[in-house]
Amino acid sequence: MNTLLSIKNLHIGYGGIQAVKGIDLHVEQGELVTLIGANGAGKTTTLKAITGLLKPTQGAIDYAGKSIIGVPTYKVASEGLVLVPEGRGVFPGLTILENLQMGAYTRNDRTEIAFDIEHKFSLFPRLKERAKQTAGTLSGGEQQMLAISRALMARPNLLLLDEPSMGLAPIMVQKIFEVVRDVSKSGVTILLIEQNAKLALQISQRGYVMDGGVITLSGESKSLLDNPKVREAYLGEDVGA
Amino acid sequence: MTNLTTNYVDHILPPHVRKHPAVFWVGVVLIAVALAVMPFVLVANSMTAWVRITNFAILFVFLSLGLNIVVGFAGLLDLGYIAFYAVGAYVYALLASPHFGLHLPFWIILPIGAAVACLFGVILGAPTLKLRGDYLAIVTLGFGEIVRIFMNNLSEPINITNGPKGISTIDSIKLFGMDFGATTRIGDFAVAGLVKYYYLLMFMLIIVIILNLRLQNSRIGRAWEAIREDELAARAMGINTTSLKLLAFAMGASFGGLAGGVFAAIQGFISPESFTLTESVMILAMVVLGGMGNIWGVLLGALLLSFMPEFLRYTVEPAQKWLFGRAIIEAEVLRMLIFGFAMVAMMLFRPAGLLPSAVRKRELAPQQNDGE
Repeated sequence: MNTLLSIKNLHIGYGGIQAVKGIDLHVEQGELVTLIGANGAGKTTTLKAITGLLKPTQGAIDYAGKSIIGVPTYKVASEGLVLVPEGRGVFPGLTILENLQMGAYTRNDRTEIAFDIEHKFSLFPRLKERAKQTAGTLSGGEQQMLAISRALMARPNLLLLDEPSMGLAPIMVQKIFEVVRDVSKSGVTILLIEQNAKLALQISQRGYVMDGGVITLSGESKSLLDNPKVREAYLGEDVGA
Repeated sequence: MTNLTTNYVDHILPPHVRKHPAVFWVGVVLIAVALAVMPFVLVANSMTAWVRITNFAILFVFLSLGLNIVVGFAGLLDLGYIAFYAVGAYVYALLASPHFGLHLPFWIILPIGAAVACLFGVILGAPTLKLRGDYLAIVTLGFGEIVRIFMNNLSEPINITNGPKGISTIDSIKLFGMDFGATTRIGDFAVAGLVKYYYLLMFMLIIVIILNLRLQNSRIGRAWEAIREDELAARAMGINTTSLKLLAFAMGASFGGLAGGVFAAIQGFISPESFTLTESVMILAMVVLGGMGNIWGVLLGALLLSFMPEFLRYTVEPAQKWLFGRAIIEAEVLRMLIFGFAMVAMMLFRPAGLLPSAVRKRELAPQQNDGE
């Protein structure tokens, strides 16, 4: 297999506080890997370092064999490492179509772009129905679908999803996870950052559990799902003493 | 469905125009003819002053369109925009007046003026890239004042700007062997310098509008729109927000510099007094009143706010003299009153401006979430 993203001994601090204290993580080509953990575990901080929004104090982040530390977000994005920001981050005043077109900003092949837009519309007929409406008028779940579709317009090699289920109704959460799984099946490599440990582990192949800035557990998602520690701390199950 | 994705050039023309292109073009021709004969009609009716007023109104349109790039397109609030106008004007004045004894031709100075203003735009833009909203407004406001104060004080130890006295007897524009400052006689027919400037400005206006329309619908224009809406998401799409924001400052500043150069040439005299904060605020008001981000709205806003005080001066005081025998309320007082009233009314009834841009209108409209 081909390692797409590799993080080694990553430390990140804000001022005097260490938010991430030496983590190791890797994503192979074609995988769907999830990074789960509670609020403040350091997940989003890690993601910010990967996308170049924060500079780590120590450690290495390699994407497709090259270090991307200090590389600005837009450059990382144009090399195929595309982030779907937390809280959807669609352009609310632009139409759905314009949002999708913005997603293809780094591309130059008009006919291919038009084809990809059609493809996204076939995946999400709801978006097609409302192509000329503004993204702000969509429901939360639809916005998240648009955000994912928009990121896919860049034809990413690695898709980073930052808490796609956040603030969504339970039914919608289920749908979004189905979408993520389908996207993964279509061949896109995904690193999924989630608080919803159960669903994230159900759709992913491997998982990392983060707590207090370190990775406490990692491995096959299936075995993590069965791990009593995970079940107690993240799935809210009473495993019994 | 492909027509949806390919022809976004259509954004340039409103839908009713696309449906009736013939009507549209007849209208354009009629307006063009009216604008072409207007100065002669005004001069023939001894209303020469209005030609001059129109010329300055067009300069304000340049300025508003330039500021619109920064504020309307890229969403960066700039309260010191007049500084670029000042820079353009001073570059022209210094290179074409007896002050330094330089008399370079117009077509050489104009690009220099725009380039220097552009450089000032980058100087302002670079350190303020991380600022947004109120904070950016304060820094730009300070920048505008710094430039003015420099103009006011750079008369010592080396006299560069001639200080508050300003620079006078600035060369008029000379193009193709024609002096725009003097009256040309064609047989018995006299074409005043002001009228020639009017045509030159009209010509420049058409170019400036076309440039702006092209810019708005370009890749750059769309990237600015994205940055304004959500900077992080824009970056995640591969947009280099840093260089695009700088570009907005630089391009806006270039338009300001261009207008400044023409201003210096028409006026023949400039001093720091012409470049105060009030002017910056006035230009911003033109942009906001007309409709931030919409080129036609900004054009309308600039024309309205340029003509309004002159219109008041020519109507209100004579009307009062005729009614009461003397002017009780000066036009200037009334101007501020009406101006304030217009701003309040606008915020209440048309918060996105008289002719709002489609995107701005959508941004301000109440967002409906129809649930899951």
